[in-house]
Amino acid sequence: MREPVSDERADHGVTKIAGVEAGVPGISPGVDTVVRLGEFHTFEAAGERFGYMVPSAAVFAFDACASAIVAALGEGPRTIGDLTAALEPRFRPDEVWDTLGELYRVRAIAEARASAPLPTILPLTVIPLQTLVVNVTNQCNLACEYCYEYGEDKIVDTENGQQPKFMSEETAREAIDFALRESGKTAMVTFFGGETLMNFPVLKKTVAYARARAAEIGKGIDFSLTTNATLLKPDVIDFLAEERIGVTISIDGPQEIQDKFRVFNNGKGSYDLVAPKIKALLARHKSRPIGARVTLTRQTLDVMKIYRHLHDEMGFWEVGFAPVTTAPQRGHAIGDAGFDHLLSQFRILAQDFLQASLEGRHHGFSNVRETLQEIHQGHAKAYPCGAGIGLLGVATDGNVSLCHRFAGSETHSFGSVTGGVDRAKQAAFLDTHHINHKTDCQSCWARPICAGGCYHEAHTRYGSTTGPNLHYCEWIRGWTHTCLEIYGELAVKNPGFLRQFDGADDEASQRH
Amino acid sequence: MKHLNAINRKAARVEEVTQPARSSAEGPSPAVTADPASTGDVVALQQGGQPPQQPEGPHIPPGCSIVFSPGWEADRTGGTAGLCQPVERDLFDCHMGCYWPAQVPDQLNHAPDWTAKCAAAQKDWRKIDLVFPG
Repeated sequence: MREPVSDERADHGVTKIAGVEAGVPGISPGVDTVVRLGEFHTFEAAGERFGYMVPSAAVFAFDACASAIVAALGEGPRTIGDLTAALEPRFRPDEVWDTLGELYRVRAIAEARASAPLPTILPLTVIPLQTLVVNVTNQCNLACEYCYEYGEDKIVDTENGQQPKFMSEETAREAIDFALRESGKTAMVTFFGGETLMNFPVLKKTVAYARARAAEIGKGIDFSLTTNATLLKPDVIDFLAEERIGVTISIDGPQEIQDKFRVFNNGKGSYDLVAPKIKALLARHKSRPIGARVTLTRQTLDVMKIYRHLHDEMGFWEVGFAPVTTAPQRGHAIGDAGFDHLLSQFRILAQDFLQASLEGRHHGFSNVRETLQEIHQGHAKAYPCGAGIGLLGVATDGNVSLCHRFAGSETHSFGSVTGGVDRAKQAAFLDTHHINHKTDCQSCWARPICAGGCYHEAHTRYGSTTGPNLHYCEWIRGWTHTCLEIYGELAVKNPGFLRQFDGADDEASQRH
Repeated sequence: MKHLNAINRKAARVEEVTQPARSSAEGPSPAVTADPASTGDVVALQQGGQPPQQPEGPHIPPGCSIVFSPGWEADRTGGTAGLCQPVERDLFDCHMGCYWPAQVPDQLNHAPDWTAKCAAAQKDWRKIDLVFPG
């Protein structure tokens, strides 16, 4: 047992601790106690220094004394007495001890002895379904080379397999019943494909059925869909607007970029067809903000140009970017240099976002908005996304899977819309995919926000959903750091902007 | 906190749940309400008082003993060759069911005045200070 320290005994150490009788709260008392840095990531913004705590995901601003302690301990563990003496020219010993106590409280520092690993905590109760992604068809009228559903990296044989090409009206109704049964107060249903609108007749009837059923049982229901915009006819647009269906358009950018990969079977680009339809949709559908979803490839990495076109010229409310999911040997795969370039582009656009947000203007770069929201809430994830927990996918035959990207895959099946969720399989999945089992992630400060990344990406790249996506670790850390800096700037200069993210979790919990 | 400023919502929660017990100047802590005079003081097993059906018994300060027990500073021969091992020390001089070590110093040889300021243990036990092997 270490000895308690009194004022007199402090003389035995390097310095006399005037006015400090209780020692550093929480730490074994004694000037000889060795302290080290805990796990966190520091960043600077608006002239201040911040720490992003790991694994709690809490963000604290450090004052000068805390910053000095962190800097001093950055060189290695040292005793409290030694540390106090080193900082004494600038900070009084009692101030240093006070700060050490606070740093210890938030686990920014720890005693040098090894700490016990955190337990793996699995959800004890069944989590209500939040989003059900219903693949109403696996057919598509485009032939994008990078498509994960039809391209070289596909998981399910969508052309010659057992799956029906279109979901029947009956299966769609069963999917709705399943969603209403498994959800909390509100069921969120996302229609997906294939090209979703190729099964518009079933989609339309399903929405009507779902609204009636939800009203009968007193639950809320919300719809959204993703489409390539090729089939946005006036009656479809009217329907989407009147039913307040959230729409995301898959589009890669201006003509020369869109037509590189998003082509018809004959190789012809789709831009000329979709551009006027998108403009018609944006002009008519005002009940929900409409977003563009961009797939980035090695050949199409001009983020600024794409954003300017889709947001400024076409009028999308927001634009989200995602690097293509692919095996590394494919021609469109983004290599290390590409990820570096992508990060620099993201950073420029993020600065643009920051400027707009400081001035109280809307900016449509959704990637940064989503990350800011997660930082603001302090989400510390045990799993990279809600797949298999609050989100499930439904294949055209009614099989329930991990998410829409695995729809129809026997290996990743979680039951069916008629039989319900296979809880044993779900529990086994949650056990094997917990962040604590991803050894490579254990030393990464970005794990509360990344948790190893997309299961589908990992499956495509490494053949298994269990491992982390090591090929974009640097990118994730770089991007998270940038978002933390932006968060810090906003917290100091325009904290009111961040209030919009306050209610995000509250709203989610009310849906349950 | 004075030196760290909670910025995001998680930080505010961390600050809230790690809040140290409030001092008497800030009012009584919810957990310690039995005796306002002892607010913020160490009350250990007495916390919350005794169940009403039990008569108020003699006050036995937890973890304190007026009995000399060898084992820590000197062995039974007065030397240091046969000092108790940690597990044995943990078992000596425990307060009732509490097995936390409550060692008393060797009042014959090393700390004869250890309880000099403690005329009545019920009242003065706080004056019994710690001593260190010399």
